[in-house]
Amino acid sequence: MNIARQIKDSLLVAIWFIILTFPIMVIRVNTIENEIEWRWHNMVLVAVVSFVLSFAWRYLFTIKTTGGKESAAAVPLLPWTQRIMENPRLLIPLLAALGVGVIIFPFVLSVYQVNIMVTALMFVVLGLGLNIVVGLAGLLDLGYVAFYAVGAYAYALLNHHYDIGFWAALPIGAFLAFIAGILLGFPVLRLRGDYLAIVTLGFGEIIRLILENWNEFSFGPSGISNIDRPGFFGINLSFSEATIYIYFIMIALCLFTIFVVNRLEKSRIGRAWIALREDEIACQAMGIDKTKTKLAAFALGATWAGMIGVIFAAKTTFINPASFTFMESAIILCIVVMGGMGSIMGVILGALILILLPEYLRAFSDYRMIAFGVSMVLMMVFRPQGILPGVRAKYQFKAAPKNAGGTE
Amino acid sequence: MEYFLELFFSGLTRGSIYALIALGYTMVYGIIQLINFAHGEIYMIGAFTALIVSGVLSWYGMEGVSLLILSTVLAMMYAAAYAFTVEKIAYKPLRQAPRLSPLISAIGMSIFLQNYVLLAQTSDFLPFPSLIPEFELPEKYQHIIGSTDLAIIAITAVVMVCLTLFIKFTMMGKAMRATAQDRSMAMLLGVNVNRVISNTFILGSALAAVGGVLVASHVGRINFYIGFIAGIKAFTAAVLGGIGSIPGAVLGGLVLGWTESFATGYISSDYEDVFAFVFLVLILIFKPTGLLGKATAQKV
Repeated sequence: MNIARQIKDSLLVAIWFIILTFPIMVIRVNTIENEIEWRWHNMVLVAVVSFVLSFAWRYLFTIKTTGGKESAAAVPLLPWTQRIMENPRLLIPLLAALGVGVIIFPFVLSVYQVNIMVTALMFVVLGLGLNIVVGLAGLLDLGYVAFYAVGAYAYALLNHHYDIGFWAALPIGAFLAFIAGILLGFPVLRLRGDYLAIVTLGFGEIIRLILENWNEFSFGPSGISNIDRPGFFGINLSFSEATIYIYFIMIALCLFTIFVVNRLEKSRIGRAWIALREDEIACQAMGIDKTKTKLAAFALGATWAGMIGVIFAAKTTFINPASFTFMESAIILCIVVMGGMGSIMGVILGALILILLPEYLRAFSDYRMIAFGVSMVLMMVFRPQGILPGVRAKYQFKAAPKNAGGTE
Repeated sequence: MEYFLELFFSGLTRGSIYALIALGYTMVYGIIQLINFAHGEIYMIGAFTALIVSGVLSWYGMEGVSLLILSTVLAMMYAAAYAFTVEKIAYKPLRQAPRLSPLISAIGMSIFLQNYVLLAQTSDFLPFPSLIPEFELPEKYQHIIGSTDLAIIAITAVVMVCLTLFIKFTMMGKAMRATAQDRSMAMLLGVNVNRVISNTFILGSALAAVGGVLVASHVGRINFYIGFIAGIKAFTAAVLGGIGSIPGAVLGGLVLGWTESFATGYISSDYEDVFAFVFLVLILIFKPTGLLGKATAQKV
């Protein structure tokens, strides 16, 4: 396509968007004081932005339809993470550096920074948990936050009524979320993909609305406060010490989660999930119990959310139903989609980007949700496999080297 | 008995609005098997456009029925234009993608549109002028049904009849039905499927905008978040009636409206939204084909 044609197209796009966004972007009506505010500068903004973006859009499309295939055929390279992972010479120093960085992090930087990091790590684990359900098993769960709420309320209520400590509540919260996952999963798993998404969304909202309205049980919208922080062998910790303590708990939990999810993915049930995601009917024909496999994915995914719920309650020491809206589910889903469905490294990277970036770009924090929405659409259109796509495990027979293990 | 009638009519009002929005879901689903998650946001944008247009026009001194008609028509046009654009950007490139991709894209679009209105306008509730003119009803009926309720029911009924006529008797309606039945066959017979899909989006969102204007002027206030709950409820109505079926959407809307109205009237009003969600979950579990839907065997 020649330049003149492109410019003409982009101009038309710009005009279309000017007309389209005119009432909402330009006019603001104040019905009380009967005033109208005209914001013409927004119109210029829309025109310029849509003009520029339409070029980018077309360019990305040409890459997607033509360029993408060529480069994939010409350069059959693994993603760079995979190359690092398979090369111990790079991997070991990298891991060592990362480990040192992680350990000294809370002692070098302020409590505020550590707190943000804890949040990001929580979302890493939540993302990895949802990744089991969405990424591996291909079940779109839009009510994931419900299990998170189960965990958080389990700890908050047990702590409030029976004075149960954090360490006892952690497995209880995980277990309750597991049970909730099974209870919820059992009736809904017969449903097709998109119906399942809506039912899980409905369940998530039901749980939130019940928490909001059932005052005797959950203390309603005012929530539960004064939840105990995690105890450290009975020593009273100051706020900053407790934050660092939670940070290390989260690091440990992250490592544990990565380990478990990694093992799960390569196990028999993990392979069954992937098979189920790819083709349900073929999978059943191979003798995989569909219900049991899906239920396992649902319940295991929920377990992580339950655990993080307990930690969330312990970290903030206050919870109310407003923390468990659909938007939280959407953020976690966005992490999984952005990072790459089914890819552990991708989800970790996605969580760190999506949680840390808006925190450090405070000036743009209003635009956080809008950026999430846009990135979900763009990822689906241009890169459905995510930033770091998951790589299928390959199994190769290696001919045993001669003299292997020989003593010389 | 009077209380019953009152609940009956308030359920009818609610239900007819749900039906208006549900039609958009059901038509889009019928044609491209996509749950258009952003449909609720289109409804919200319709309401916002009506608010802005009516605000500007009344500032210039317009009032009465002409104000209602003009702002409704503009709201319909804008909602249609938004839906058209959303379809072109977020759904059309994903026609051949796996089924969950367009759904995730639709969720992204929904979040985008909500926050777009939030940032460009405001996060507060805005008072919405009551555009529907009030009129006196005979004293006997006054406490059973308000004049706005009556107007809403009447407008909805007219819109539904027009839609049915359109689907039944025009070329475009025929092409829509053909595409819904079998897209590739319709394409082979010379139906411009892309245009049919665009038109479906346009039609469905124009109806949603009518719903938006009616609800907003009935309730009297709007904010950027109204589309979410309305969207879920309308989706429930569409599924209840059997998604893909147009009379089903109307029936589903009415049944949902009555259920909500009676449940809040006789049981408790705290759990108003819970009833809709429980209803949705129960239908999907026990009768996923809905009341008027056809069971389809999955092809291998």
